Amino acid sequence: MPRAVTTRRKAVMTVIAWTVGLLIFFPILWTVLTSFKTEADAIAIPPRFLNFDWTLENYVTVQERSDYFRHFWNSVVISVGSTLIGLAIAIPAAWAMAFVPGKRTKDVLMWMLSTKMLPPVGVLVPIYLLFRDTGLLDTRIGLVIVLTLINLPIIVWMLYTYFREIPGEILEAARMDGAGLRSEILYVLTPMAVPGIASTMLLNIILAWNEAFWTLNLTAAKAAPLTAFIASYSSPEGLFYAKLSAASTMAIAPILILGWFSQKQLVRGLTFGAVK
Amino acid sequence: MSTTLRALLGATALCAAGGIAAAQENVTLTIATVNNGDMIRMQALASDFTEKHPNIELEWVTLEENVLRQRVTTDIATKGGQYDVMTIGTYEVPIWGAQDWLVPLNDLPAEYDVDDLLPAIRDGLTVDGNLYAAPFYGESSMVMYRTDLMEAAGLEMPEAPTWDFIKEAAAAMTDKDAEVYGICLRGKAGWGENMAFLTAMANSYGARWFDEEWNAQFDSPEWKATLDDYLMLMNEYGPPGAANNGFNENLALFQQGKCGMWIDATVAASFVTNPEDSTVADKVGFALAPDNGLGKRGNWLWAWSLGIPAGSQKIDAAKEFIAWATSKEYTAMVAEKEGWANVPPGTRQSLYDNPEYQKVPFAQMTLDSINAADPTQPTVDPVPYTGVQFVAIPEFQGIGTAVGQQFAAALAGQSTAEQALSNAQALTTREMTRAGYPK
Amino acid sequence: MSTKASRTAARLMISPAVLLLLAWMIVPLSMTLYFSLLRYNLLMPGMESWAGFENYRYFFTDPAFSAALFNTLALVGGVLVITVIGGILVALLLDQPFWGQGIVRLLVLAPFFVMPTVSALVWKNMFMNPVNGVFAWLARVFGLQPYDFLTQAPLASIIGIVAWQWLPFAALILLTALQSLDSEQMEAAEMDGASPLKRFWFITLPHLSRAITVVILIQTIFLLSIFAEILVTTNGGPGTASTNLTFLVYMQSLLQFDVGLGSAGGVVAIILANIVAIFLMRMIGKNLDA
Repeated sequence: MPRAVTTRRKAVMTVIAWTVGLLIFFPILWTVLTSFKTEADAIAIPPRFLNFDWTLENYVTVQERSDYFRHFWNSVVISVGSTLIGLAIAIPAAWAMAFVPGKRTKDVLMWMLSTKMLPPVGVLVPIYLLFRDTGLLDTRIGLVIVLTLINLPIIVWMLYTYFREIPGEILEAARMDGAGLRSEILYVLTPMAVPGIASTMLLNIILAWNEAFWTLNLTAAKAAPLTAFIASYSSPEGLFYAKLSAASTMAIAPILILGWFSQKQLVRGLTFGAVK
Repeated sequence: MSTTLRALLGATALCAAGGIAAAQENVTLTIATVNNGDMIRMQALASDFTEKHPNIELEWVTLEENVLRQRVTTDIATKGGQYDVMTIGTYEVPIWGAQDWLVPLNDLPAEYDVDDLLPAIRDGLTVDGNLYAAPFYGESSMVMYRTDLMEAAGLEMPEAPTWDFIKEAAAAMTDKDAEVYGICLRGKAGWGENMAFLTAMANSYGARWFDEEWNAQFDSPEWKATLDDYLMLMNEYGPPGAANNGFNENLALFQQGKCGMWIDATVAASFVTNPEDSTVADKVGFALAPDNGLGKRGNWLWAWSLGIPAGSQKIDAAKEFIAWATSKEYTAMVAEKEGWANVPPGTRQSLYDNPEYQKVPFAQMTLDSINAADPTQPTVDPVPYTGVQFVAIPEFQGIGTAVGQQFAAALAGQSTAEQALSNAQALTTREMTRAGYPK
Repeated sequence: MSTKASRTAARLMISPAVLLLLAWMIVPLSMTLYFSLLRYNLLMPGMESWAGFENYRYFFTDPAFSAALFNTLALVGGVLVITVIGGILVALLLDQPFWGQGIVRLLVLAPFFVMPTVSALVWKNMFMNPVNGVFAWLARVFGLQPYDFLTQAPLASIIGIVAWQWLPFAALILLTALQSLDSEQMEAAEMDGASPLKRFWFITLPHLSRAITVVILIQTIFLLSIFAEILVTTNGGPGTASTNLTFLVYMQSLLQFDVGLGSAGGVVAIILANIVAIFLMRMIGKNLDA
């Protein structure tokens, strides 16, 4: 094929791909832009794209109303904590399922996933009562426990599909060399599994960060993460678009940046072993 | 009384109540509140309280009304104990008070002057002689309208308009090409949203929720007339998307100059006349909620109030806070910092006796509206319940919201007024039967 | 190779996860089951009494029930159709050579990171609002009446919002799958003169089938309990036009505080979820073993 055509085709593709990409991204871009506008500019007609007076006032107002950093820190503790505990429980389970599969392994796995389909609203009152009796209401520990449990099935499954891709021959070879179960895990499997574990971890941090039912219903002030922070903006008070945008930007920025930086690992993790 | 002296007195009172050791012990109060403008302001001014009470720290949980109600109700009903002070309304207080879920506030200090509270508001928060919550602000509803548009239409708003005049004015003010809508009313489904407005409106049409035997009354001609007029007004002269507009959405529309008239909470008056937020601040007039010549006006009565859940471990500190937030001094402080128009209205007679406050354009109209509402006799015919824009029984939240959904569907054009009313009748009857009425 | 010892070890390693999930499932579930047989309203303490199956009868005869059932399935189905078809198209596009691939990929991925509450708030207020929204402005630019999305087409609007959140997920899984496609096979087909459409149908699509099933499985798990988006945008209305089962149970247990009725609804929702789950597992299980 002549080079000119390829370049032209590439140019056309570039235009189309960028258009699609920007369209999908536009709501987020618009939110970020609006967060720097005054309330009057935020509803100006025609909408102002870049030609407005940039201001940080909305961020100041939002911060005055509720301490962002405390909510942020709660979000970090809850999402990272629940992911790490989840991994600690899931790694052995997934390892065993992948390398010592029994007749029922698949059923156990599917059953685990099906627990994820329980509608949380249906069990809120029982959980609330349990939490009240154990003093876990409005504590980060309580949320870590709940989020660990609701994301555990996904963690197990992702790790399982990963571990299955590790070729069995390597294990055999290691056993020939007389490696025990412990060193088998430590020196052979772990290095090979690290990328899989990393992407599982990333995806779960994102899922836990964005979980908005339990985090909202089981907290009041002390353990409330960013989902609660944004909930106080869920209905307008007069002109509020710019303030809403500022609060939204603050709530999603950390996880968006984390996701973007680690997108290679993340995307690979997202395939759930569907791609060989 | 100087600030220092008052602080000293406050501290003494606290010592007396809890002993010196308790007074010095640090206490953290968790306060659940609504994200309405006046509460946001209270949160911003709370440093005044913490300066006077250095041993009390405040944690705020500020949520949208429906989420807040769900959270505090779950918590108090299960005795979860997550909150020390709750912001609740005239609907919850009598029900919760009767269950002994709230701490009675009978022992507020003398300088709090509990007798200064407006009788209509105070009665709504009192059960069997016990005051169970202190009103932070009280409201009724009234007509807010654009004086410039009214003039351009060649009409003059009477102080006490009829529904017929409202229809005429809405038609004359509407200019859809210029995005000016004659009337903005609540349409968003919810017992505290569209049903608050519609129930109050229905009262002025002589309709009622239940007859004296607790039979649902949505099959009555009065309800039909109410809903027909409401739908006509909204479809002909209302803004697009009205079925999703609640108080706050309409406030935004009015502030942007897109509504000719708006019938809603009196507390909105300070927001629409505030030049910082409102583009029409100097062009707003006020009138009583409309009537139909039947002796009842379509205005409601509500007070956002602060109460203490019975399980709280920090009752003394919580009382200190409530006494501060609902005091005359708090009002004076807001007036000093933000102007008289922005003080929380509708709770104290002394505020309306204050010559400074009488200069505020909506002050008298607010007081008149509050005094015109009668929760014990909300409508023309006798009813077995209390409450103007609600029915003070626990089942009402669910029923009211479900009926609100039906009326919102009619507004959205998904069903007719007849269908909506017959669905409302059926579902109300069903739920009331399930709950075992008549009791 | 698996000895008896390693089997025992494997059991030990699996058991914490299984036991925890079992407890997580059984404890609340049995409480829910028990509550569902009681007359139990949180607002009327001390009035609890045995109700038998009355709550279930009320739940099934609730006029909102059939609407909620339909909406639940329509919501899941609608989002799946949009994200799978849209995801394939976006993946095919991103697989083409063009400048700035890395950046475009980041742009496409972004919605996946946005909290459901935030995305619902932003769409509702800044885009779909019929007075101040961007869409309303666009409509007026073209001389049209602004369309009132959340009133006129509430369910479709919610499907749109949810699909926006999940499109990146589908697109990226499918893109990864696409990149592992054997290019020699593709070239051979091209030599044989197969049209691009035929090549897509007979080579690309079968290759993607595994990835598509994974997308469907994972998304269904999350879509069955969609809640925040409905709460923020339409509150289930107007009428019951956008009430799904989760939202109906929410209305009963947290608005009416009728724990008995809400629990009965919860049990029904759990059973429905499990029917869908079994159905899915059959389908996926086959496809994943292959």
